[in-house]
Amino acid sequence: MAGQERWLLERSDLQQLLDALRAAGYQTVGPVARDGAIVYDALERVEELPAGWTDRQDGGSYRLERRDDQALFGYAVGPHSWKRFLHPPRLKLWRAERTGAGFRVEPAGDEAPRYAFFGVRACELHAIAIQDRVLLGDRFPDPVYRARRDAAFIVALNCSVAGRTCFCASMNTGPRAASGFDLALTEILDLRNHFFVVEIGTERGAQVLAGVARRAASAAELAAADEVVARTAASMGRELQADGLPGLLLRNLEHPRWDEVAARCLSCGNCTMVCPTCFCTSVEDLTDLSGDSAERVRRWDSCFTMEFSHLHGGSVRASAKSRYRQWMTHKLATWVEQFGSSGCVGCGRCITWCPVGIDLTEEALAIRQSDGVKKGKDHGRA
Amino acid sequence: MIPEVARVAGTRRETADTWTLELEPPPGQDAWVYRPGQFNMLYAFGIGEVPISISGSAREGATLLHTVRAVGTVSSALARLKRGDSVGVRGPFGSAWPIEETAGSDVLIAAGGLGFAPVRPALAALVARRERYGKLILLYGARHPEEILYRREIEALRRRLDVDIEVTVDHATGAWHGNVGVVTSLIRRAAFDAEHTVAMLCGPEVMMRFTLAALRDAGVARERMYLSMERNMKCALGHCGHCQFGADFVCKDGPVLRYDRIRERLAVREV
Amino acid sequence: MEGLERIIREHQFFKDLDPKFVALVVGCAKNVRFEAGEYLFREGGEADQFYLIRHGRVALEMVSPGGGAVTFQTLGEGELVGLSWFVPPYRWAYDARALELTRAVSLDAVCLRGKLEQDHELGYEVMQRFVPVLIERLQGTRLQMLDVYGAAKK
Repeated sequence: MAGQERWLLERSDLQQLLDALRAAGYQTVGPVARDGAIVYDALERVEELPAGWTDRQDGGSYRLERRDDQALFGYAVGPHSWKRFLHPPRLKLWRAERTGAGFRVEPAGDEAPRYAFFGVRACELHAIAIQDRVLLGDRFPDPVYRARRDAAFIVALNCSVAGRTCFCASMNTGPRAASGFDLALTEILDLRNHFFVVEIGTERGAQVLAGVARRAASAAELAAADEVVARTAASMGRELQADGLPGLLLRNLEHPRWDEVAARCLSCGNCTMVCPTCFCTSVEDLTDLSGDSAERVRRWDSCFTMEFSHLHGGSVRASAKSRYRQWMTHKLATWVEQFGSSGCVGCGRCITWCPVGIDLTEEALAIRQSDGVKKGKDHGRA
Repeated sequence: MIPEVARVAGTRRETADTWTLELEPPPGQDAWVYRPGQFNMLYAFGIGEVPISISGSAREGATLLHTVRAVGTVSSALARLKRGDSVGVRGPFGSAWPIEETAGSDVLIAAGGLGFAPVRPALAALVARRERYGKLILLYGARHPEEILYRREIEALRRRLDVDIEVTVDHATGAWHGNVGVVTSLIRRAAFDAEHTVAMLCGPEVMMRFTLAALRDAGVARERMYLSMERNMKCALGHCGHCQFGADFVCKDGPVLRYDRIRERLAVREV
Repeated sequence: MEGLERIIREHQFFKDLDPKFVALVVGCAKNVRFEAGEYLFREGGEADQFYLIRHGRVALEMVSPGGGAVTFQTLGEGELVGLSWFVPPYRWAYDARALELTRAVSLDAVCLRGKLEQDHELGYEVMQRFVPVLIERLQGTRLQMLDVYGAAKK
């Protein structure tokens, strides 16, 4: 049954959930440890989860460390987000062939994979909802995104760990997974027990769970699950004061803080790659050697590149300052006017993966504390 | 969204580096449908795609006109197309000039350089329903007499006697007997009632900025001035993010934007 | 004289000028006309007159060898032709040629400069009208210089 229904799933039975998903035709994808980070990849066995590992994150820093227990989900989020599956980094859009008279164009005919996302955090549920709005909500819904999104099964995970760069609580995007999932898990691990409380979110979720051994959860067990979420909410590493933020940033476009950030920003674009809501893409037109076949490929792009704003032989945003300002004001300010919500879900990835640790919560605070300051003095100095 | 393939019905050379392509509708379509101010993404096989404003239609929509300046790889390829060649078309996209909303007003069109192309369909639409508007004024600035676009159309409009047309160039040689000077110098000469005038501007951003200032000085209200903005475009669907100008996506919220809504952004560098 | 006084009083450049000053200016003024193609002044010539166009059009040009004459400004009804009469060395920097039949008020610069020296109040009134013209010409010229309609450099 859909709704608030919550069940208890023993840790030893978790594999059945993965198996049930695969039996239902889904490709299961979840967190695995690889190359020193926890990333999202094919996940078929519970043993592949990074049991007993946690991540130590801060501005410009990410390290995996051993926990003193065997928690399966004892970490925050890594450099990957689910956008790599729904809004793929590289996608063939169409093919064109020369014909006698001219040419013809054919769609690429992408067969949408059916993913089951295993372990989606509350912030990520919001990020997915935000990308839904961007890519499906206007005049031209993206058919590739639509197909993958409709097919995707979501097993959410209520965080038991808040990272040093996490601030979902400030953004009202977590840590509790409130909606947008088929099933939601909370991991409870103490000296005696290791189990999951499973919440059903949709009919589809109920059907999959029906094939998994579970029992009714007791009041105490439910309380333990709520306690996990409450502890996480109380241990956020960062905070963003979001009220009035769009107006604040847009009336301070010439604030000297932007120059200050620019001196640190490398324009590497890491933030845009790891951000779960960043959606910018570009296209490439390719031909084969004969010149008779052509295709158009879409790939992720970043507003930090010089070419991004290319116009009339130059870039509209030539300076690093203007590009950083574009990213931050888009994410926190103009996004609201465009799509009805902030573009930021407080996952902290941009802070962690910035090589120089630029922290947009700190930047926003700096501007807030000196709202209206202008660069230098008008009329020169005495 | 995949391109449709349209045949080039004809081409006309406008200036040394600018050609107008005339396109037949794709198979299965009787006529082109669009609103003045909109643009299409034109695809040159194997080379790429660029946004080109619709500069008009001939024979009541039976063919579509695009004026292309050869400045880059794709635009040069498009400009070189000949009758019978094929071109990919996606569109039409974008917002339109306020043709309906300005009924009852005087309309002043200020165009600069290649900016005359996007505003030409607006002029045609206004002239087609001439009785709905007060004064119709066209102020057009070009670099040099040889770079004046659509000369025959301008001369034909002059003969109508109910459209005020002033043309100026930045510099000229002795053979030119027309005006020489910046396009704003034409504003003083154009007799119009600022309070009842709607202005439509199209041209390089610098030109639009100084023309906006001059029209402001002449008393035209900011919410009665419209610009056609330009930014880098890749998808034209509002999904790739490239064309953003503040909160607006030029491909879907623009290219035609009302001045009062974008005034602050226009004054900030590198937005 | 009376006709000339009315013309000066009504001309855009001298709008709202106190009548006592109008009389002073009239003393330096006369009506002139140029046929199409005639020069108002030539580059290098002495700037001892300047003109207020009443009717017609004038092209300001410079000539370079092999390049012919390049027109950088045209002026019409109500506009002032000739700026260099105001500052030493009082020499024209370019040619001014009538594009069509042009009627103008010609003002004797030597006469007027003398009167401006004698009566600084008149001097101020003339400056107040003259400087805005200079600024508008300068700004327009700068915008022309930007060559905004040129093709983008790659």
